[in-house]
Amino acid sequence: MIADVYIELKEGVVDPEGEATKKALRLLGFRKVKNVSTRKVFRIEIDAKSKEEAEKEIKEMCEKLLANPVIQNYRIVWIE
Amino acid sequence: MELEEIRVAVLRIEGTNCEDETVKAFRSLGVYAEAVHLKQFYSDMIKDEEQRSLFDFHCIVFPGGFSAGDYVRAGAIFSARVKSVLKRDLEEFIREGYPVLGICNGFQVLAELGALPGFDEDKPLADKPEMALGINESNRFECRPTFLRHENDGKCVFTKKIEKGKIVMFPVAHAEGRVIFPRGREEDYLERLKENDQIVFRYVDERGNYAGYPWNPNGSIYNIAGICNVKGNVFGLMPHPERVFWRYQHPNWLENPESPGDGRAVFESVIEYLRKF
Repeated sequence: MIADVYIELKEGVVDPEGEATKKALRLLGFRKVKNVSTRKVFRIEIDAKSKEEAEKEIKEMCEKLLANPVIQNYRIVWIE
Repeated sequence: MELEEIRVAVLRIEGTNCEDETVKAFRSLGVYAEAVHLKQFYSDMIKDEEQRSLFDFHCIVFPGGFSAGDYVRAGAIFSARVKSVLKRDLEEFIREGYPVLGICNGFQVLAELGALPGFDEDKPLADKPEMALGINESNRFECRPTFLRHENDGKCVFTKKIEKGKIVMFPVAHAEGRVIFPRGREEDYLERLKENDQIVFRYVDERGNYAGYPWNPNGSIYNIAGICNVKGNVFGLMPHPERVFWRYQHPNWLENPESPGDGRAVFESVIEYLRKF
């Protein structure tokens, strides 16, 4: 099974990388750009009996390492 | 404890890079200090004479650097590895009152470990991180001198020899140093930190006033540069005291060439604490 785990900043947390990218895009002439935000994606291949079991495990990974709950949320998207 | 008995471990894994000057700072004050790789605490591939236990030491330091390449988040992987192999020992170490210092990347590790802000004395490592060191508001790697005002009333064992209100210069060198508390609970966190005397250093301008960027290099809430846990024996800060151990490391050193560097008092303080331990 393969899952994409998206690590995103929580609402209200400043995203300096996104802001700087937006500024650079505007400078390049992309005036329609309203907002840019960044996220990190981990593609995880995992052996598990069921999707539920895998999802439980991935949630634990997020809580133990991949996300800092003070500033980040995580979201799992199944690829296969 | 006699000076010669004091043993300090500066932990390293791949990517830490301030362990040598940190070890040197301690050694030049007459105590035993060594850089210890995390594997020396648990791996059975290590030679007998190089195996170590946390309790061989009286002070543990997480040094600056880019542990594990800052992958995932700065300090996250170092912290995960410490948790997997040393959690119980480290909790006991802190509960017994032994001092733990985290400088720069080390502060990020302590935040990820849940050791700071460290409100619960009985549970020195929280289950989940309770603060974050986010990307600098400037989105730049900030590498330069900063001025800090010492704010602690005497709880932090690493700054007892620095008088309250004193302004010191320690340099910063980080891209992720912005102190963030959980959204909506910032005031509550700040109140608790103040009430418990856990705020140690705040960024100020050259006159000693709290000021925004560039004086506050990362956009930290309340200009926080360093905090300690509720017991005062775990201390994390983004600026580097070991980089201003000698006066000649200060840009204006000729003004007072014989005096010690501003950072030396941090190391002297913890040694004095251990001598009375």
